[in-house]
Amino acid sequence: MSKLRTVTVTVNGVAYEKAVEPRLLLADFLRQTLGLTGTHVGCEHGVCGACTVLVDGDSMRSCLLFAVQLDGSRIETVEGLGGIGRLNPLQEAFREHHALQCGFCTPGMLMTVTDLISKYPLATDDEIRAGLSGNLCRCTGYEHIVRAVRAAVGRIQEQAP
Amino acid sequence: MKPAQFDYVVAESVDAAVAALAEGGGEAKIIAGGQSLVPMLNFRLLRPSVLIDINRISGLACITERENAIGVGALVRHHQLETSPVMARHLPVLSHAMTHVAHLAIRNRGTIGGSLSHADPAAELPMMALLLDAELHVASPAGRRTVAAQDFFLGALTVDLAADELVTEIVFPKLPPRTGWGFLEVARRGGDFALAAAAATLTVSAGEITQARIAMIGAGETARRATEAEALLIGRALEPALLDAVMHAARTGIEPSTDLHASADYRRRLVGVLVSRALTAAWRRALGEGA
Repeated sequence: MSKLRTVTVTVNGVAYEKAVEPRLLLADFLRQTLGLTGTHVGCEHGVCGACTVLVDGDSMRSCLLFAVQLDGSRIETVEGLGGIGRLNPLQEAFREHHALQCGFCTPGMLMTVTDLISKYPLATDDEIRAGLSGNLCRCTGYEHIVRAVRAAVGRIQEQAP
Repeated sequence: MKPAQFDYVVAESVDAAVAALAEGGGEAKIIAGGQSLVPMLNFRLLRPSVLIDINRISGLACITERENAIGVGALVRHHQLETSPVMARHLPVLSHAMTHVAHLAIRNRGTIGGSLSHADPAAELPMMALLLDAELHVASPAGRRTVAAQDFFLGALTVDLAADELVTEIVFPKLPPRTGWGFLEVARRGGDFALAAAAATLTVSAGEITQARIAMIGAGETARRATEAEALLIGRALEPALLDAVMHAARTGIEPSTDLHASADYRRRLVGVLVSRALTAAWRRALGEGA
C-alpha cells in the first residue's frame, strides 16, 4: 500500500479528517470511508453521471477525482439536499413528476441539475435535455425527468428575489 | 481500488512540477483535470509510479488579455473558457466551441492544457488551437520554449511534448476586425465524442475574403486545417459555386476513419457539409448579418 495521506474536507457542512491512499477515488471515499452511500457508482469512468457531486459548488464526477486531491474542499452530496419529510424544491419536483423509477441515477441527476440551474437559464426543454445529456437513466425514458426539471426551474425562479 | 498504486506529489510551482517529471523518468504523469487520465487509471490502461498534481499552481488558471492576443493558462477549465467575457468579446468562436465539450461536470474540471496535451482525435480544443493559429508555451527543467499549434499535434494522442515537459499557457491571437466565424459539430448525442466538426473564420474587406481559416475533426488522426480549401476563398465573395469547390477541396486528401459510430465515407461527406455550413455562418457574421 502506498503511503497514506491526511485529507481534511467538509461534506454537507460536516468537517472530516481522514487518512487515505492516494488512489482512493472520491466516490469510494464518500461511500466507504464516510458511509455516505447516497452517491451512486455506475460506470466508474466518467460516462454515466451517477456519481456526480458538487466540489466547491461545481458539479464533478466523483469517480474521476481522488480524495487526496481535495484537501480543504467543500463537497456536497445528495444527502445534503434534503431528506424524507424535508425534500428541497428540486427533489419535490422529481417526486411529483415521477422522475425516478429505480432511483439509481437520481442522486447524480439531482446534483447535476442543482449546478445547471445555477449556471444556465434552462429556458427551453432543449436546454434541459442538453444539460442532462451526461446523466444516463435506464428506466424513466427521461420525459418525466425533463418535466420535473422544468417544474423545478419555474419554482426556484419564483422564489428568487 | 480501481487504479494501481501510485505515489502522489503536489507541485506548488511549474519548476517543481517539471523537476518531479524529470525525476520520474517517464514513469511520472501530470494530473490536471484528470477527465481523460483518471478513466485510463481506473481501467489500469496506465500505471504511472507517481502522479504530479498541478491543480494548486497559482497563476496557471488565468485568462489574460494582451494587446493582440489572449493568454489562457493551462489550468483554465473548459467552463471558465466557455463563460469568459474576454473570450466572448475577442474569440466568440472559442466560447461557442466549448459548449460542445462533453458535459458540465466534465467542463467544470477538465483543463485546456490537459485537453491539448492529451490530443484526442475527436476533441474540440486541438481543432480550435489549429484554427486560431495558437501558440503553446512549454516548460521543462532545461527552460521554456514555444511551439505553434500546427507543429504540436503529431498523431492520435501524440504531441510534441517530451517526458519532462509541461504545457503552461496557450496564446490565441485575437480575431482581426471584420472577421466572422462558424462552428458546427455532429455527435450521436449532445456531449458525446464528435463524429465530425468544422470551424471557420473569414475576414472580409470590400466584399472580398482577405483571410480564410478552416479546421476540421473527424478527418484523420488529428484535427487538421483545410489549407487548399482556404486558398480557394482568398479574393472572392462566398457564392454557391465557390462553396461547392471549397467543400470538394476540404474532402480531398482527408483520412477519416471507420468505427462503430460512422463509416469513413459518412465522415467524409459530413466534413464537407459542416465546412460549407461553417463558412456560410462565418460569411454572414463577417457581413454583420448574424449567423
